[in-house]
Amino acid sequence: MNDVLLTIILIVLKLGLVLGTVLTMAAYMVLAERKILGRMQMRYGPNRVGWGGMLQPLADLIKLLSKEDLIPEGADRWIFMLAPAISTATALLAFAVIPFGPSVQLFGRTVPLVICDLDIGVLYLFALSSLAVYGVALGGWASQSKYSLLGGLRAMAQMISYELAMGLAIAPVVMASRSFSLTAVVEAQQTLPNMVRHPLAFLIFLVAVMAESKRIPFDMPEAENELVAGYHTEYSGMRFGMFFVGEYLNLIVLGSMLTVLFLGGWYGPLLPGVCWFLIKVLGVAFFFIWVRGTLPRLRYDQLMAFGWKVLVPLGLLNLLITAAWMIWRG
Amino acid sequence: MGLWKDIKGTFLPFWVTLRYLFRRPVTVCYPERKQPPAPRYRGRLVLTRDPDGEERCVACYLCSAACPVDCISMQAAEREDGRRYAAWFRINFSRCIFCGLCTEACPTLALQTTAEYELATRELLQVVCEKDELLIDGCGKNTEYNFYRLAGIGVVAPRGGNPGETPPEDIRTNMP
Repeated sequence: MNDVLLTIILIVLKLGLVLGTVLTMAAYMVLAERKILGRMQMRYGPNRVGWGGMLQPLADLIKLLSKEDLIPEGADRWIFMLAPAISTATALLAFAVIPFGPSVQLFGRTVPLVICDLDIGVLYLFALSSLAVYGVALGGWASQSKYSLLGGLRAMAQMISYELAMGLAIAPVVMASRSFSLTAVVEAQQTLPNMVRHPLAFLIFLVAVMAESKRIPFDMPEAENELVAGYHTEYSGMRFGMFFVGEYLNLIVLGSMLTVLFLGGWYGPLLPGVCWFLIKVLGVAFFFIWVRGTLPRLRYDQLMAFGWKVLVPLGLLNLLITAAWMIWRG
Repeated sequence: MGLWKDIKGTFLPFWVTLRYLFRRPVTVCYPERKQPPAPRYRGRLVLTRDPDGEERCVACYLCSAACPVDCISMQAAEREDGRRYAAWFRINFSRCIFCGLCTEACPTLALQTTAEYELATRELLQVVCEKDELLIDGCGKNTEYNFYRLAGIGVVAPRGGNPGETPPEDIRTNMP
């Protein structure tokens, strides 16, 4: 009986810890992005609320919560209300399988630092990132607005086509580590991160991840100077906030995916595993912000052409080469 | 060659943004630090006095006529010594666009712009300024000009008594 209670407590503890950390990170990612972008453009960014702007996420939250919650006339009410939740929930659920550290000894038992070490963790991540398309596409469709619909359609097309490249980039990694479990993938990188072992797959995955996160240079679904705000044009208040938070959660999820699959997960010298994991995820996030501050937006046809004509063939080729190498080496 | 240029063009901007990340922002954090306005900045308008301490404004309505948004209004009056003045003078700064055309139109240099720009308020009527709020104890940008000493009419001194003037001819003495 006591044993069951301890297990439940541990699970709840882990859930709370991960949820709290991830949501706080998402909130501060927004602030970090605004500050870093500001500094890149020789301005300060938000620096009024709290100490140098440290309470800005809280102020934003209060603002969003106190805004009027508008539902446009003619909108599909239920789907309109459901879409932001899908977008956020899929991003949050993805954290269930991400291992953020090696197993630790707690209360005389081994606790793996992952909420649920699924045997098909990679597939689970893929399924959730595919489901995230629904949030965007349904939100765009239900808004009864041209811009939203266009944004939703673009998001759908973009995410589906880049998911393919993403899958093709992951396949060599899975083949090399001989497991779909993310913990096993990380453990296979103990000596050498996959980034070095599969450089081409890493690059393809990086580009695909950027497209998945719907950020500059792949922010076609939002393209503010073409589509107002894309799929969330009609959203206001906390529903918009959900989309917004979902986007940044997604950024952290994708950063974690990149870390786990290619950057060697929690392995690193000196510091404990969790620290290394966080450093790597934040590094990836900084890179994403850096890209946003640097590159312009692609045209839509360029985006699709790049996905289908460059990334997918390259991914296939890479898969072929890796398979051949593995057969040759036995 | 073209491909190499494209690759360079993709990666060079990253170096540029990274360098700018460590530069000092050019932002002036406004309420704490204020940028001094340019010497000829057109801010809030004032009514100045001439070197003798009298009001310069002669209520000629030229500023009011020149104003593109019609924010200046006044009522002309005349003192016993013949000096004209504005009985009341009102500038509605909620309409003023700070174009400075009124100051260009003013023949007596009474209406002048200042560098004061912090006029924002929550109370709209606070920015409607009456004459007592507009009139300052000073000459503004020109400390010498006195319209009535140059206009040739005997208001501050009898005719011919102002510098550069000769006494008026007695028309009876130069009859043929």
